[in-house]
Amino acid sequence: MSEKISTRNGFGNGLLREAEEREDFIVMDADLAKSTRGGWFRDELPERWINVGISEQDLFATAAGIAETGHPVFANTFAIFSERGFEQVRQQIARPKQNVTVVGSHAGVITGEDGPSAQTIEDISAYRGLPNLRVISPADAVEANALVTALADDDEPAYLRLARESIPVIHDAEEYEPEIGKGEVLRDGSDVTLMAHGAMVHVVQEAAEILAEDGIDARVINMSTIKPLDEALVVESAEQTGAVLTAEDHNVIGGLGSAVAEVLAEQRPTPMKRVGIEDEFGTSGNGLDLYEYYGFTGDAIAEQAKELLA
Amino acid sequence: MNSVSIDQAPDGDLADRIESYRQTAPAVRKDIIEMVYAAQSGHPGGSLSAVEVLLWLYNEELNVDPANPDDPDRDRLVYSKGHACPVLYALLARYDFIDCDPNEEFRRLGGELPGHSSPKVPGVEFPSGSLGQGLSYANGQALGADYDDDDFDVYTILGDGEVQEGNIWEAAMSAGEKELDVVAIVDRNKKQNDLPVAETMEIDPLAEKFEAFRWDTWEVDGHDFGEIAAAFEEINATDGPRLLIANTVKGHPIDFMEAQPNGYHAGAITDEELDEAMEELGYNAADTEVDQ
Repeated sequence: MSEKISTRNGFGNGLLREAEEREDFIVMDADLAKSTRGGWFRDELPERWINVGISEQDLFATAAGIAETGHPVFANTFAIFSERGFEQVRQQIARPKQNVTVVGSHAGVITGEDGPSAQTIEDISAYRGLPNLRVISPADAVEANALVTALADDDEPAYLRLARESIPVIHDAEEYEPEIGKGEVLRDGSDVTLMAHGAMVHVVQEAAEILAEDGIDARVINMSTIKPLDEALVVESAEQTGAVLTAEDHNVIGGLGSAVAEVLAEQRPTPMKRVGIEDEFGTSGNGLDLYEYYGFTGDAIAEQAKELLA
Repeated sequence: MNSVSIDQAPDGDLADRIESYRQTAPAVRKDIIEMVYAAQSGHPGGSLSAVEVLLWLYNEELNVDPANPDDPDRDRLVYSKGHACPVLYALLARYDFIDCDPNEEFRRLGGELPGHSSPKVPGVEFPSGSLGQGLSYANGQALGADYDDDDFDVYTILGDGEVQEGNIWEAAMSAGEKELDVVAIVDRNKKQNDLPVAETMEIDPLAEKFEAFRWDTWEVDGHDFGEIAAAFEEINATDGPRLLIANTVKGHPIDFMEAQPNGYHAGAITDEELDEAMEELGYNAADTEVDQ
């Protein structure tokens, strides 16, 4: 099995790497720097790090003001608490297209023991509804690391969804280059398409291996950019494989599954299955145990794919 | 003290300049009333209360240039009570930031002047209309200036009802703790959307609250240029977070607006109200530049 690193660690390393290349960006936290890995940046570059305390509304409106003066900002907190400043993100970041990345760490039920108060399963649904705001959920630490450069460079706002738990690294750090807005075909296949984002990407990779043992040839796509969705790849994959399964650590309402369903319903009606949290709040437990509990495993998703094809 | 870039800023000693502003104020109020009348919607009450403060800022404090409204070195005016934007648009038109006719554009589909102030309008700094966010944004601009050693100044204008928002107090704490160079002016017109502030959620003692958050505070009659001038002489002589409470009257000086429990917060001005307002401002009804 490959090395396991969390996407938040990838992000933290990305901030430090990018800081060696450019001096203009600012990193902000709201009393969770230890967890978001903004603290790694603070320890190296305290003059470029700002803590606003436990005040998420202030975090995002202040970040927008800083960005207006010409500095890209990474504004970090837990994904769930970013929702506390949702309207500031809307009014001050998304509407005027400020170069702020809203960094939501500890997203999804994989957050684990803290339970439903800390496990956002609605963030993608919420942020996807904001014009101008890209929604990105990297599949591994390499992608999260590389996205720091892409996001600081491109002068547009984004929501970057990260997770707490260590997960397998699926990209080669030497070769990988992120392309925001493009799905990444990790495994070609002709019988069914498995699309996922975040920690679920490696899970559907496992599902594809299991399906292969049964003679089912699954295409696997890392759809880390949920908005703007790579509609062309969605439609092409639906055409070529005839069935699409989405899998995500998020409510089945409003996430990647909804985004894909919207595209296919209008452009290429295709049998679909949305794997995710079935419109309920999460529960306490070890993050990986919760993945078993909710059926977010290679075996369970392979079974879902077979039902879809039956 | 900044160099002021508004071409029409008057010369002369302070008394002469103040007299000039006093003479200009009714014309700005006329513009506000006409703009809201023409749109048949908008927020006149809180626009009328902020006329003197904004006239002072544009003429005496702000280093802003209509020919280069996005100059990175400009002073920032974060107008946080952006529902009451007719006064802001009136001044931006008067000082040539915008060349459209507000009476034709304000709140119209496809118009250049949105119902709440937005940076799509030249000279507007901040996307407002949702209250409570401007002070944090101003803090951010002050932090950006600090990081770059820029010397632009940052001002924000808040409504008094607006300070009921929790985000204001997060930002007040942040500015105090970080000793940020921001000047916040509260348009203390004592009325909000539904009722008087005191009958909604009293905010006093406002100065003491900000002082507890490590701000320096001043309090003036916000319709008295002499008091505003004296306060800014002191405000400009110091730094850190500074609060000016401008005690004003919502709807000032139009009696039927002042008399409403919410100071004519918003609404469609009728033909009769337009005539009455013009007369109270010292104009003949026939002086209006809007079609009736």
